[in-house]
Amino acid sequence: MATDLGPDPDSNPPAGVHSLWRLRGYLKPHRLALTIMLLTSLAGVGLTIAIPLVTKAIIDGPITNRDLSAVLPLGLLALGLGVLEAALIFWRRWVQSNAVLGVETAMRHDLYERLQELPMGFHSRWQSGQLLSRATTDLSGIRRFFGFGMLFLLINIVQVIVVTIVLLNMYWPLGLVVGAAAVPIVALSMRFEKRYVVISRQVQDEQGDLATHAEEGAVGIRVIKSFGRGEHVSLQYEEAADKLRDTSMVKVRLAAKFWTFLEIIPNLAVAVVLLLGSIGVGRGSLTPGELVAFITLLLSLVWPVSSLGVILAMAQEAMTSAARILEIFDTEPSIVGGSEVIAEPRGHLRFEHVDFAFPDAPDELVLRDVNLDLAPGETIALVGATGSGKTVLTSLVPRLYDVTAGRVTLDGTDVRELDLKHLRSLVATAFEEPTLFSMSARENVTLGRSEASDADIDEALDIAQAGFVRDLPWGLDTRIGEQGMALSGGQRQRLALVRAVLARPKVLVLDDTLSALDVHTEKLVEDALQSVLGSTTGLVVAHRASTVLLADRVALLQDGTITHVGDHRVLLAEVPAYRELLAADAELSELDEAVTA
Amino acid sequence: MSTDTPPQDQPGADERRQPSWRGVAQVDDDEAAERERSVRFSGGSAALLRELLAPYRRAIWLLIGVVVVENAARLSIPYLVKEGIDTGIPPIRTDDNLTPLTIVVCLVLVAAVTQAVARNFFLVRSGLLGQNVLYEVRRRVFRHFQVLSPAFHDDYTSGRVISRQTSDVDAIYEMLETGFDGLITAALTLVGTAGILLFLDLKLGLVALACGPFLFLLTNWFRRASSASYRITREKVALVIVHFVESMGGVQAVQAFRREPRNQEIFDDVNDQYRRANLHAFRLVAFFMPGIKLIGNVTIAVVLLYGGYLAYNGDVTVGVLAASLLYLRQFFEPMMEISQFYNTFQSASAALDKLAGVLREEPGVPEPEEPHRLQETHGEVSFDAVRFSYTEGRDVIPGLDLTVPAGQTIALVGTTGAGKTTLAKLATRFYDPVEGTVRLDGVDLRRLTADDLRERVVMVTQENYLFSGTIADNIRFGRPEASMAEVERAATALGAHDFIMALPDGYQTDVANRGGRLSAGQRQLVAFARAFLADPAVLILDEATSSLDVPSERLVQQALQTVLSGRTAVIIAHRLSTVEIADRVLVMEHGRIVEDGSPAELIGSGEGRFADLHDAWLESLA
Repeated sequence: MATDLGPDPDSNPPAGVHSLWRLRGYLKPHRLALTIMLLTSLAGVGLTIAIPLVTKAIIDGPITNRDLSAVLPLGLLALGLGVLEAALIFWRRWVQSNAVLGVETAMRHDLYERLQELPMGFHSRWQSGQLLSRATTDLSGIRRFFGFGMLFLLINIVQVIVVTIVLLNMYWPLGLVVGAAAVPIVALSMRFEKRYVVISRQVQDEQGDLATHAEEGAVGIRVIKSFGRGEHVSLQYEEAADKLRDTSMVKVRLAAKFWTFLEIIPNLAVAVVLLLGSIGVGRGSLTPGELVAFITLLLSLVWPVSSLGVILAMAQEAMTSAARILEIFDTEPSIVGGSEVIAEPRGHLRFEHVDFAFPDAPDELVLRDVNLDLAPGETIALVGATGSGKTVLTSLVPRLYDVTAGRVTLDGTDVRELDLKHLRSLVATAFEEPTLFSMSARENVTLGRSEASDADIDEALDIAQAGFVRDLPWGLDTRIGEQGMALSGGQRQRLALVRAVLARPKVLVLDDTLSALDVHTEKLVEDALQSVLGSTTGLVVAHRASTVLLADRVALLQDGTITHVGDHRVLLAEVPAYRELLAADAELSELDEAVTA
Repeated sequence: MSTDTPPQDQPGADERRQPSWRGVAQVDDDEAAERERSVRFSGGSAALLRELLAPYRRAIWLLIGVVVVENAARLSIPYLVKEGIDTGIPPIRTDDNLTPLTIVVCLVLVAAVTQAVARNFFLVRSGLLGQNVLYEVRRRVFRHFQVLSPAFHDDYTSGRVISRQTSDVDAIYEMLETGFDGLITAALTLVGTAGILLFLDLKLGLVALACGPFLFLLTNWFRRASSASYRITREKVALVIVHFVESMGGVQAVQAFRREPRNQEIFDDVNDQYRRANLHAFRLVAFFMPGIKLIGNVTIAVVLLYGGYLAYNGDVTVGVLAASLLYLRQFFEPMMEISQFYNTFQSASAALDKLAGVLREEPGVPEPEEPHRLQETHGEVSFDAVRFSYTEGRDVIPGLDLTVPAGQTIALVGTTGAGKTTLAKLATRFYDPVEGTVRLDGVDLRRLTADDLRERVVMVTQENYLFSGTIADNIRFGRPEASMAEVERAATALGAHDFIMALPDGYQTDVANRGGRLSAGQRQLVAFARAFLADPAVLILDEATSSLDVPSERLVQQALQTVLSGRTAVIIAHRLSTVEIADRVLVMEHGRIVEDGSPAELIGSGEGRFADLHDAWLESLA
């Protein structure tokens, strides 16, 4: 079952070096850049070591031996090395910027591409927020590791080893002290990072919980107000905020302890080096220049050593991120198009023995043995109680979901054998909950036909009674959606209808598209729709008698199967269950009787 | 610089370049605020910051003292190294006397321990202070949003409410966590180091500090360039996020309308804009970091040369030279950090400004100063010469007198924009009238506390928001003390019991998980159960049954008549079937009541708007 479902949004996939290794393809185009980065970094390590050695040479040479002539060349050498070091850093960073951003952008492109291919079955289980964190946080984590972590993991180890060798070589007792000081720092860093990652994740989770409370407080504000529950939700929020504060303090204390140790250990090493080194200088086994160089080099080791912990944690996180990304790359789209194309589509739609269950609940059949035949140009109204499976049935036509058994055919061809783009160009749906994007109204309505002319748009606006679009501040160019003009439920539904009509489909699906319209507007829309539906095959989900009248025939859906198909009046007269659903007439006649009485 | 860097000298240039798909919209206040930012905490943000920090005045002075001690201890170490070399070594050379050296080493140890203890104390205490301030900000902002009227929320949109409480609070957190500690340390390091360099040897120190102007120029350039580039990067990433979230949230429409290629095109474009903005930012750093390094290395080389010369002449000791070099290293370290704080401070200042703006908002419907305590509620609602407008000069309700006697069920009918919903919002005090009075049992709503009012008047709208938690929790929302039996009774009365029991965990099903597949109608029934369980004296239904099928709607109506018999009910509907149970029908037009009577009377008259509507409806059913 798990294989059918694809990955679970709430579980963390197993991560390891192999996860990052599998992403190496993204580095390939940047091989030259990576080589430059590595070489310049290695040269940088050499310079970090060389500059203190020049200092030593100046102190021990010209100053101690009273030889002024050597000061200038050595000073110029130090200057040259210093300039070179800066130049190498510049070169590395310049090359690195381009390479790592190229990698990140390419991965984000591929991720988006794959996500668009994955079917509704996948998306219904993944909230866009969960996907977003992969496209932002995870990708920049990987970028940081490729551009920084990976490089310095290597460089720092090299630097620590080389410097320790230089120090041992210079004066081995002190070299041993430095080596000994490095051990607790590395051990501590690694232990700290492990605990830090755990507590950071906990803080993150609690921040997420708090954000959920904030979101509910904002989105549900009218419900909260209606019931006067502001105090209650505020207390809940404060409880969560308080918990977050406590957890954050645990994190602060842990970090404080770690940074304190990180500073005290090198300082203690300096004390020991100063003691032994000065004795060494006093007794002649070490020169003053060497002591100065020694301390300088010792201090230059603090960062490479202590950052190993951070870099390892970064590597760990990058591996987890890589695994989370790969999880999506590895999910194959379960709905892939076939190769058939209908040369002259007429819009003959058939459901043959269709069963359907949602992928994550395969035992609960939502549709059972549905059979329905829509002749070209015919409109059928789909009537059924709340939750009887009407919406799911309509979503099988453009293959937002696939049937579990049976088949849906269009002009005799199984929709699964049709080219997906072709199929979806033949079928257009106006959804009950219209999705508007934060784009211009034009872009929103031409979703299914980007080449639509202004005349086409005008016509569709008229059919859907959506003339209000022309009165928006910038007309069709006005941005609507979350980040633009706010529209009412009825306006949004009419735009969804414009979108569907404008796509000029052979099969038009209206999923209770008119529910938010007032009676007057609904009537106008229905009259205008008649002309469109005259030549188009229509599948109309209806709750109201008025909508049913758009259709030539009515299909009654009960408990996931179609029990009756026929004329509205006939069904009304003969089928009690149908009367029950659209019985307003019956009661109305009672009301009429009351009036006339 | 290279050609592919985004133009950033003109803030407006960006807008004009925007591709047409985005459409035109008014400039977001937030974006505008972000643009005009400076690092100074000005006006509202300064006042807010002062207010938040006021309770911690003593703690702050203590922290400042501690951080000075810490930095003094830290900066003393290179000086002690110099002392060790200059005063510790000669006695060993002459008579193997270790005492001076031992004293110096002990001082180093003392300094190291002092620094560590002070540092730990500072980190923990400043962390605690930061967390407390953060908690206070969160608490205040959340509560304030809860107090602000729905009118405010209508304008402000939930997205902005959420981002105030997440990204803005995070920006402040960032500043408190890294900014203060880092900035104080960096500043003390700079000043302290410069002082010590001069103290060690005036001439050598002056030569070393000659790099100052170069550092200043470089840092200043970077600060400016990076803050502009930081802003652009944030704008670009926001574009990526919006496009990503929307296309994933609306993937159904995307796929059904074969939108994928166009979406990919748009996404590639914003993704690339983001890349270029980032590239620009990275390249600034690629100049700045080595630039600092260059100045540092050149200074070190010059100090080495000049110091070597001085040492050769015996003007300075080897120890002084060594200490100067060690201090110089420390001098350049904080430069990088200081410039990065700038961005942190900048966004924190913008965040504080926005939060201060929110906290300054007065609630549109203030709590009464001397509340009137309601004893028994009957549920009589009356409007007395009520005038209301959303925007000055455009009256939605020009003048309304209406009394709904306790226990009456009225239906409000009229076209979109007739003022039905406004009437409902006035009765629930989502808004206050501009003129006139709305009363419950003869008491002006403005004299009732929100708690008192909400307990008695409940509105159900089309918006059937369910909170995370179980179905039972959601039904119990208005009356948390209700027993399970009462919850089930409410659900049963509405015909919601059966579908709830069919869910995997019945009433304990988590709404966020499996409940996510509840249909709009089912959610609506849960919202109804919530309202019925709250047992208000006045129930207002604003288009609340529009997503229900007819049998469910009928059950709701029956429940209204049984469960809530004797309660006042106001029903707004565009479906006339809802009107059937009403005692009285009000037809509204342009904010006025144009017809008023029992359904039978209005239809019976044969003319008038309701009769027309009714005829049209009959026709649609035929």
